[in-house]
Amino acid sequence: MHSSPKLQLALQLLGLAVCAGAAIAAAAMPWWSARYTEQWTIEFLYTLALAQGWNLLAGYGGLLSVGQQAFIGVGGYLIVAIAVMGGLNPFVVVPIAGVACTVLAIPMAALLFRLRGPNFAVGTWVVAEVLRLVISNIDAVGGGSGTSITDALIGIPVWWRMSTTLWIALALGAGGTLIVYALLRSRLGLALTAVRDSEAAAASLGVSVTRVKWIVYLAAACWAGMTGALIFITKLRVAPDAAFSIDWMSTTFFVVVIGGIGTIEGPIIGTLVFFVLRGLLADYGSWYLVALGVIAIVFVLFIPKGVAGLLQDLTGASMFPVQRRAPR
Amino acid sequence: MSDWINTIVQGVLTGGLYALLAAGLSLSFGVMRIINIAHGDFAVLAAFIAIALAQWLGLNPAEALLLTLPLMAAVGYVLQRYILNRALGADVMRPLLVTFGFSIIIQNLLLEGFSATPRSLYAGNFGTSSVTLNAQIAIGYLPLTMMIVAVAILAGMQMLFSRTMLGRAFRAASDDPEVVRLMGVDNRHVYALAMALAMVMVGVAGVFLVLQSNTSPTDGPQNLLYAFESVIIGGLGSLWGTLAGGVILGVAQAIGAKFDPGWGTLAGHLCFLAVLAFRPNGLFPKTKDR
Repeated sequence: MHSSPKLQLALQLLGLAVCAGAAIAAAAMPWWSARYTEQWTIEFLYTLALAQGWNLLAGYGGLLSVGQQAFIGVGGYLIVAIAVMGGLNPFVVVPIAGVACTVLAIPMAALLFRLRGPNFAVGTWVVAEVLRLVISNIDAVGGGSGTSITDALIGIPVWWRMSTTLWIALALGAGGTLIVYALLRSRLGLALTAVRDSEAAAASLGVSVTRVKWIVYLAAACWAGMTGALIFITKLRVAPDAAFSIDWMSTTFFVVVIGGIGTIEGPIIGTLVFFVLRGLLADYGSWYLVALGVIAIVFVLFIPKGVAGLLQDLTGASMFPVQRRAPR
Repeated sequence: MSDWINTIVQGVLTGGLYALLAAGLSLSFGVMRIINIAHGDFAVLAAFIAIALAQWLGLNPAEALLLTLPLMAAVGYVLQRYILNRALGADVMRPLLVTFGFSIIIQNLLLEGFSATPRSLYAGNFGTSSVTLNAQIAIGYLPLTMMIVAVAILAGMQMLFSRTMLGRAFRAASDDPEVVRLMGVDNRHVYALAMALAMVMVGVAGVFLVLQSNTSPTDGPQNLLYAFESVIIGGLGSLWGTLAGGVILGVAQAIGAKFDPGWGTLAGHLCFLAVLAFRPNGLFPKTKDR
C-alpha cells in the first residue's frame, strides 16, 4: 500500500517528536523520577541497544548471530579487569569495551565468515561458549562462580552512579537507534539491504558483500561490548554463566521478532511489549518462558513483519522510513 | 602410557554418541537446509520421555527406548509438516528462530515437569560392567554398544540414501525442491519424513546420553553444539565423515579433560575452531555449500 506523502511526513515528524521528547524526559530523570522507574528505564534502554545491534546484524546485514553474548560477557569482564583490578572508573571502561570488542571481533569474523547462513549462527554460539569456558577457568577473576564489582563503584556517590548509568544507557539505546537509522538511510544502508535480499544480485551491482558484512559485524560487536560493560555495572556482580548466557539472545530475538525485524521502530515496540509481558507473567516462572517461546513462534510464522509491520500495513506509512522509492 | 590409550578409547566411543546426534542434524540440514537449534533439546526430551516411561510402566531401558522412538518420529513428523514447513523459504532466519523458540519451550517444560535435578536411566549391570583388556584399559559394554549402534544406524542411512526410493526423494528434494514437486513428489511429506527420521536418531542418542551420564533439562544446547561441531569437522554431506568428526571431537574432549576436568568441552570447541581455521570444508568434505 502506498501512503500519501502528507501522512508519511506527519508520521515521521510525530515519530521524531515523540522520541525526542522521550529522550529528553529520560535524560532528566535523575531530577524528577523515582529510582525504581530510573532502573526500569536503564534496563529498557540497554535491552533496546542489544536489540538494535542484532536488528542491524541479522535484520539488515543477514548475519544470523546467536553469539552476541560473547561481546556482552567480554564487556562485563573488562569491568572486572580494568575497573576492579586496575582501579579505573568503571564508566570509562564502557568505551574501552567497545574498542576491545571491535578488535576481538576481527579474528572472530575471519574465522566465522567461513560458515554460511545457519552454520554461521551456531558457529557464533560456539565462540561465545569458548570465551565462557576460558573465563570460567581463570581463578583471578573468580573462576566459575564469578566475582563482585562493587569495589569499582565504592567511591562514586549513588546519585552520580545512577545518573551516569542512565545517560550512558540512553546513549547506547536511543543513540544506537539513531545511528542505525542514519546508517540505513545512507549509501551503506542501501548496500546492506541489497546484500540481505540477495548476495549475488548485490555483488553483481558492485556492492562489496564482504566489506558490508565486516562493517556490520564489527559495529554490532562494538555496541554489544559497550552494552555488556554497562549491564554489569548495574548488576554489581559478574559470573561467566550469566555474562555469556544465551538468555541475552533469547530476549533480543523475542524483542526483534515481536516488534518487527528490519524496521527501526520494531525493536522499540518489541522492547515495550517484552517489559509489559514480563511484568504481567514473570511470577509464573518456567511457564512465562514457555509463553514467550510460543508467542515468538506464532509471530515468526504468522506475523513475520511484527507489530511494526502490521502498523505499517495499516497506515501505509512508517515513523522511521528506510525504504526508498523507485525512480519514476 | 596405557591410561592415555584408555582416555583415547573412551573418547572414540563417546564419538559414537556425537555421530548419532550429528547424523540427525546433518540429515535435516542436507534435506531441508535448516539447522534445528532445538536439536539437542529434542535429545534431552527423548531422554526424559524414556525416564518417564521406565518409571510409570516399569520398563527396562531397552523397552523404554523402543517405545520412545515412535513417539520421537511422530514429534518430528508433526513438527516439520505443520510448523517448520511454514517457515521454509529463501529466508534462513525464520526456521532458525522457530527452532530457537522450541529450544526454550522444551527446556522450560522439562524444568516444570522434572525440576532442574539431573537424572539418569539405570541400566543395571550392563551400565557398569566392561570388557577388561589389561589392568588399565577397560571398555564399558554401554559405550561399546553405543558405538556399534551408531555405526549400524549410519550404515543404514547410507543404504537408505543410495538404494531406496525414499533416499532418492530426500536427495532430490535437497537438490531442487521445485523440480521434485513437478515430478509429483509432495515436498512437505518428504521433509516431514526426513525430520521424523532425524528425530529417531536423536531419540536413540538421547536415551544413550541419559544411560551414560546424568542429564538435566538444560543440557540440550551443549549437545546441539557437539552435533554441529561433529558435522563441520567431518565435512558437510558426508555420513562417514560425520562419524569421524564425532570421534575426533570425542577424543579431543577426552584428552582435554585428562589434563583438567574443566577443559574437556573447551578442548572440543578449540578442535572445531582449528578445523575451521585450517580445513574450512572439514576433513572429509563431500559438498561445498555451507
